[in-house]
Amino acid sequence: MTAEHHAGGAGAKPVDVRDPHLTRFDIVKEGLRRDDIEIVTYESQFHGQNSKAEKRVVRNIALLFLISGAATLAFLGFYIWWPWEFELGHTLSDYYTPILGISLGIGLLALGFAILAWAKKLLPHELSIQQRHGDPSSDSDRLIAGQTIIYMADELGVQRRPLLKGAIALGMAPLGLAAAAPLVGGLIENPHKGEHPMMYTTGFHPSHNDGKPVRLTREDGSPIRPEDVSTGGQMTVFPGIPHGATNQHADSPTLLIHLRSDDATVTRAAADADPRNRGSMWGDYVAYSKICTHAGCPASLYEQQTNRLLCPCHQSQFLITDNAQPIFGPATRRLPMLPLTVDAEGFFVAASDFKDTVGPDFWERP
Amino acid sequence: MKRRKMDLAEAPKTFAKGVDDRFQAATPLRGLLNKVFPDHWSFLLGEIALFSFIVLLLTGVFLTLFFDPSMKEVQYDGDYLALRGTWMSAAYESSLNLSFEVRGGLFMRQMHHWAALLFMASIVVHMARIFFTGAFRKPREVNWVIGILLFLLGFFAGFTGYSLPDDGLSGTGLRIASAIMLTLPVIGTWLSASIFGGEFPGELIIGRFYIAHVLLIPGILLALIAVHLGLIFKQKHTQWPGPMRTNENVVGERMFPRYAMKQGGFFMAVFGVIALLAGLFQINPIWLFGPYRAAEVSSASQPDWYVMFMDGLVRLMPNWQIYIGNYSIPPMFWPAVVGLGALFTLPMAYPWLEARKLKDKRTHHLLQRPRDNPERVGIGMMAFTFFMVATLSGANDVIADKFHISLNAMTWAGRIGLLLLPPLAYYISVRICLGLQQHDREVLAHGVETGIIKRLPNGQFVEVHQPLGPVDEHGHPIPLEYAGWVVPKKMNRLGALAPAVKGFFYPVEKPAEAPVSPAVEAIKREEIKSGR
Repeated sequence: MTAEHHAGGAGAKPVDVRDPHLTRFDIVKEGLRRDDIEIVTYESQFHGQNSKAEKRVVRNIALLFLISGAATLAFLGFYIWWPWEFELGHTLSDYYTPILGISLGIGLLALGFAILAWAKKLLPHELSIQQRHGDPSSDSDRLIAGQTIIYMADELGVQRRPLLKGAIALGMAPLGLAAAAPLVGGLIENPHKGEHPMMYTTGFHPSHNDGKPVRLTREDGSPIRPEDVSTGGQMTVFPGIPHGATNQHADSPTLLIHLRSDDATVTRAAADADPRNRGSMWGDYVAYSKICTHAGCPASLYEQQTNRLLCPCHQSQFLITDNAQPIFGPATRRLPMLPLTVDAEGFFVAASDFKDTVGPDFWERP
Repeated sequence: MKRRKMDLAEAPKTFAKGVDDRFQAATPLRGLLNKVFPDHWSFLLGEIALFSFIVLLLTGVFLTLFFDPSMKEVQYDGDYLALRGTWMSAAYESSLNLSFEVRGGLFMRQMHHWAALLFMASIVVHMARIFFTGAFRKPREVNWVIGILLFLLGFFAGFTGYSLPDDGLSGTGLRIASAIMLTLPVIGTWLSASIFGGEFPGELIIGRFYIAHVLLIPGILLALIAVHLGLIFKQKHTQWPGPMRTNENVVGERMFPRYAMKQGGFFMAVFGVIALLAGLFQINPIWLFGPYRAAEVSSASQPDWYVMFMDGLVRLMPNWQIYIGNYSIPPMFWPAVVGLGALFTLPMAYPWLEARKLKDKRTHHLLQRPRDNPERVGIGMMAFTFFMVATLSGANDVIADKFHISLNAMTWAGRIGLLLLPPLAYYISVRICLGLQQHDREVLAHGVETGIIKRLPNGQFVEVHQPLGPVDEHGHPIPLEYAGWVVPKKMNRLGALAPAVKGFFYPVEKPAEAPVSPAVEAIKREEIKSGR
């Protein structure tokens, strides 16, 4: 398409803006001409001044402004005098947030509609055309810019002085590294450091308990006897060490399950067939890590009838009677089993730490 | 010498003169005041995002005054009785206090959260408008890329934001984020350990996310938004084709005062809607979730809606683990890392891919109606369908629960749907576009259907068509060229209906005399009305 010239735009004649006979609109039009804009239509929305319709619109807009003012004042009033301090039970304070929302919302919406109505209904309708002038720079300008940059590079003379080239690289690269090193270096943590790397140990590792086996405890720290878990029941247990039930040991929560005897037989057979889980059950009790091997959520939904554990985050399902192998969903790895035994006082202890790595999978997991 | 009196009437003039003497402001100001903007409702979608962002900044600053980004364990002793005595992080405690013990604090928190949801939603809808109308074409490719970066930054701003209260739900989200980092080959464990400062969750992450959420991400967002708007200003807005509109001009209205007023009014309206949402609809009631504990999670743990597609993809991914010697890549790597990466880089490259395919190096300032590029619509609908299936799968446990569907069936439906529905969407939308094109051409060639049935002398019935342009000597319309804009398809659009009378209960004005085309007689108009 070709550029069209519009009368009144670039085509209109320039006028002398100091001419006293010009109206203000004439001066505006001269400005438009200089910006290459043409007004095609510019007309009032009403027939004649002060028409009945215009008055009506003005009244409505004024009303909207008044509604806005009233609602905003109401908002201030509610904000200051409405009882806001939270109390349990059904009190007026329950309605503090809704009443703030309603009053402020009405105030802002009414203000918005008032301004919109003013712009849309009162101001004259216009249709203007502006030329885009999106042309790229002229060829000569492009050439000049390019040649200037190349000339500057020549001035530096890096091309002619190869020694400098190498020296720049060797001299400035260390500075860049020096700038990055403290930023990144301070953050880096070795996940594999120490005798018992954090990735592979949980709170049940004896090193947390002076080398003695760690007891299984409830959240409040009280130890558990076998008879505390009813048949078919389950209990979330934590390592019996200081802060064992807190997020300091976020990979330690474990599910202790008391199986029905027929299920226990199946489970024991499956566990004993597996080199790592052999002998990890104690009686009809089995303990699996609660941390899903997929994304680390607690796999805490225990379906008693089907002997499945379900993780509510991504619906991985694990079969308790088969070493907690994943049978549905995105998890690839079974839940690690905690070797159980009972100490001299009759409380559950972990015979050792988990033999599989607990938690979400990663690249170098053994 | 007589002291000169200050002339108040002259003051603005003197002031303006002083400003121009120093800053040479008059000429650029004239250009700004005169700038012409094209007008269409769909050009205002991005504005909603901008206005939501302003609300986010305002409410966010308020929240920082009360929030304590610390993971120190404290015992709660606040107004909310149900949690008294519970051990929790200082971050969670301060979020609770912000909700219960600060006047209007809950309102501000909910406003912040609702504005964030609206911000992301309007970005997506705005992006769809840009995509389907071809507004990303040369010379606006860079602004399209910036737009996608804005979505990505919004995604991370949202995630870091809803992790901050350290409640039961956000801790679960952090745990999954840590697991996603762990899936990265080779560097996974190092990355997670470095970001969390040791083993998950550590004691640093809330503080780190806090500085990212209140300084780093909003800073970059603000800079990119400035560039985004600056480019729109510099390159001038696109416009729809239509009468007088060419690739070289902008047809619309001047920015001041009408256009700017409409923007201001629209801002107030968006602000008002956010205030209503914040007051009336509870969002993220952290006090119900309790503090984060590694052993606890509730069912129906969903992230905010714009992260749900990722959660859905992770749920649908089959458990395929890749073993390489002693090492392995967990399946979550594909949807969460590769999938997210592809979902952002492929759209970024799209403007250049399309230009290459169409061998199109021209500059485009006129928009395309979606129907005029069926393939683009097909690709867009394919991506959208993929996104929708993934997002719905992010809530598949809730759907399964509410509609009594098997959970496993929902997962399988999602897996199959993710593969089958996008191509189907492509096919259907391309066919719809072609059909619409066909109908436009039909009307241009034969005219508008009038609904008047004529019986010919030989007994045949034909429908009378109103030609849109001149006719040849037999009375047949001369086919018109398609101009890329709406083709009138109903007689009403041609002015066959009498003009509407203004006024709600009673007419405020005598209606203007209806313009009667000499070709259409008054009787015919009656016939059309009664024929409806």
